[in-house]
Amino acid sequence: MSAAQINRREFLEAAGVAGAGFVIGFHLPAGGRNGARAAAAPFAPNAWLRIGADESVVVVVDRSEMGQGVTTSLPMLLAEELEADWSKIRIESAPADKAYINPMFGMQGTGGSTSVRAAFTPLRKAGAAAREMLVSAAAETWGVDKAACRAEKGAVIHTPSNRRLSFGTLAAKAATVPLPHDVPLKDPKDWKILGTRVKRLDSPAKVDGSAVFGIDVKAPGLLVAVVARSPVFGGKVQSFDAAKAKAVPGVKQVVQISSGVAVVADGYWSAKKGRDALTVTWDEGPTASASSATISQLFGQRAEQAGAVARHDGDAQAALPGAAAKLDAAYELPFLAHATMEPMNCTAHVRADGVDIWAPTQFQTGAQGLGAGIGGVPPEKVKVHTTYLGGGFGRRFELDFIKEALEASKATGVPVKVIWSREDDTRNAQYRPACYHRLQAGLDASGQPVAWAHRVVAPSIMARVFPDTVKNGLDEEAVEGGVGMPYAVPNVHVDYVLTDTGIPVGFWRSVNNSYNAFVVESFIDELAHAAKKDPYEYRRDLLGKAPRHLGALNLAASKAGWGTPLPAGRSRGIAVYKAFDSYVAEVAEVSVGSDGAPRVHRVVCAVDCGPVVNPDIVEAQMQSAIVYGLTAALWGEITIDKGRVQQSNFHDYRMLRLAEMPVVEVHIVPSSDAQGGVGEPGTPPIAPAVCNALFALTGKRIRKLPIGRIA
Amino acid sequence: MPPISFTVNGKRETVNVTPDTPLLWVLRDTLGLTGTKFGCGIAQCGACTVHLDGVATRTCVLPVSAVAGKRVTTIEGLSKNRAHAVQRAWIAEDVPQCGYCQSGQIMAAAALLAKNPHPSDADIDATMTNICRCGTYQRIRAAIHRAAQGA
Repeated sequence: MSAAQINRREFLEAAGVAGAGFVIGFHLPAGGRNGARAAAAPFAPNAWLRIGADESVVVVVDRSEMGQGVTTSLPMLLAEELEADWSKIRIESAPADKAYINPMFGMQGTGGSTSVRAAFTPLRKAGAAAREMLVSAAAETWGVDKAACRAEKGAVIHTPSNRRLSFGTLAAKAATVPLPHDVPLKDPKDWKILGTRVKRLDSPAKVDGSAVFGIDVKAPGLLVAVVARSPVFGGKVQSFDAAKAKAVPGVKQVVQISSGVAVVADGYWSAKKGRDALTVTWDEGPTASASSATISQLFGQRAEQAGAVARHDGDAQAALPGAAAKLDAAYELPFLAHATMEPMNCTAHVRADGVDIWAPTQFQTGAQGLGAGIGGVPPEKVKVHTTYLGGGFGRRFELDFIKEALEASKATGVPVKVIWSREDDTRNAQYRPACYHRLQAGLDASGQPVAWAHRVVAPSIMARVFPDTVKNGLDEEAVEGGVGMPYAVPNVHVDYVLTDTGIPVGFWRSVNNSYNAFVVESFIDELAHAAKKDPYEYRRDLLGKAPRHLGALNLAASKAGWGTPLPAGRSRGIAVYKAFDSYVAEVAEVSVGSDGAPRVHRVVCAVDCGPVVNPDIVEAQMQSAIVYGLTAALWGEITIDKGRVQQSNFHDYRMLRLAEMPVVEVHIVPSSDAQGGVGEPGTPPIAPAVCNALFALTGKRIRKLPIGRIA
Repeated sequence: MPPISFTVNGKRETVNVTPDTPLLWVLRDTLGLTGTKFGCGIAQCGACTVHLDGVATRTCVLPVSAVAGKRVTTIEGLSKNRAHAVQRAWIAEDVPQCGYCQSGQIMAAAALLAKNPHPSDADIDATMTNICRCGTYQRIRAAIHRAAQGA
């Protein structure tokens, strides 16, 4: 999802809850809405912080922790200005509440690599204001000038006398100090926590089994549901026979819900056996005739027609015929599933007096609205408890699994945890769009590009999720990175042919950047080859007006030893791409085995994401994003036959494993420019970097993913 | 359904469940030990790895009837207070991201080190076949080497 503000009304309509009396705007009492805990913490100057008399410093984290490190990076922002003792910081997950709306979305949600960027100023301000209040409280206590006092490591110190009062001691008094405004923020050169390799606060709970993910939620009287869903997208239940399912020991109830038939039992195994014993007749609907072959054919046909214009500089169509050399290529990419390690699940308890939702969700506002609509209660009666997420990657921005739990609980009257099998997860997702691209370019006699035309033929995620944002057939997100093609070309034309396939599409780590990066960075490599230029130098020479692309490109090339000899049978490829306001260049070193299987040995990554909060997390996110994109580039492909997904589990939807892991080196470009995100931008460049390296090695240009084996 | 008895983390447990119930779901749903995770149900990903009589074992396809009389160690029983060298190394290297697969990774690594105290990279490649979608593999490798040095 882009950083673009999404109109809340548009969202509510899309989510089908507009009529549910959804109102955001209830008051958040200082210190969070949990009154009991707030009372126990005398000092809670804002929604993110509570300091207790026992010296506890609780930071309420209002973004979902799905591995990207927000339960560490967000507290770092607050703790820096607070002058907290880092060892005293405890984290707590925020409830759904207006106070926690993501300012880059206008809703409470985690995605679009926005978490640190959106919190960078507000959380530091929150920490600074709290610190000033603690200092005022201490100065008042001592009867000294506030200017003679300073905060340091969880205490206020009176500098002349070296007297010291801890934050816990000061908490009650600080709560009576008026909230200061516009407290200046520290100069980055004075940072003690920010910019350092602070250890993750969630690691301990994740090495002893105590971290609670959605699937681990316990509640009194909880039952587990496994749902039979239509094998074809959009299909409906025609009829079902529950007799055999009900005969399975442990099965309690079988209920129809909007997505299918839920078998509710005393545990997962009984529920799954019950679901497998169920007989359901489906009305499969119009998508039953869809297949990957027909979709590919449709894309090819649609590519013949002009699309909605997304970028138009000069006149590419006029410049192309006179070019000294012309290139014309078609690229094709498949649907991809997210395959989070934790399969989709949600626990809900719908009661007359309110609703509880325990969910590994990226979208609390959506969950709350859905709970209000299905529960028939006002949103403030819907409590959303966000657990740890066993991977998100955009899949958990969806609400389908939450809706199932709400409906199953409502139908049975008890708390229900819906758990998806891996097969359910692979076959009932919202996939990275499959797509087709037609690229044309013209070069002058010296090899310089004079024209670039890029037609994107793809389904639109926004048309499904936020339809009002698609105007005149243009989904601006679908062409992201195509429009942003950074190379100096005088005539550029980018257009978009929105093409629905009946297969639902959704946000997949880096979203549409994942395909546009592959296309743009492969095609510029084709241009370099046609111009008989080195692919790094060719890019470099065309990035004169794109300094941050260039900085990342140069750093990656230099650290990778671009141009230096490699062992026989190995080659390098390069790509650079901007996504989520960060600039990432990657150099991949590859070889091909005797069986034709490509092997990636080393990836050198350079990232310019502006001011860095935690370099260790930036490195981890680049490594992670590269593995995610590499897995997809090598093997990732969801194919369709008779409207059904053909893959089901990890044996036929292959994941990269440790033995296949390249050495990934991450280098951060020192930068005080505008801050970008880090969760996603590492993903887009890896597929083209690898394919460009394979071209350098084999002379075979890969224009269709996944790579598979090199013939 | 005859009761089935086995030892979990040093404690004798007796369960009354359908004998084909995988050990994973007995641990999670019957005994409330949710540190062992469900990832695929076909022994592909290793998120459900525990030690069965000391050997790393994927429990999502292991019927509980096959565990009768045996000794099971889960992530909750690996050590007290995260004291095991592998757990200390995992924290020192900040391996986990989402963390969902890490119980299984840690149990696999602990079993490897118990058998082979100083594994080579090739040994790690051959043994550590669990899937991590966050791509923490590089740090897993570093943490295993660190644990081999006593963490």
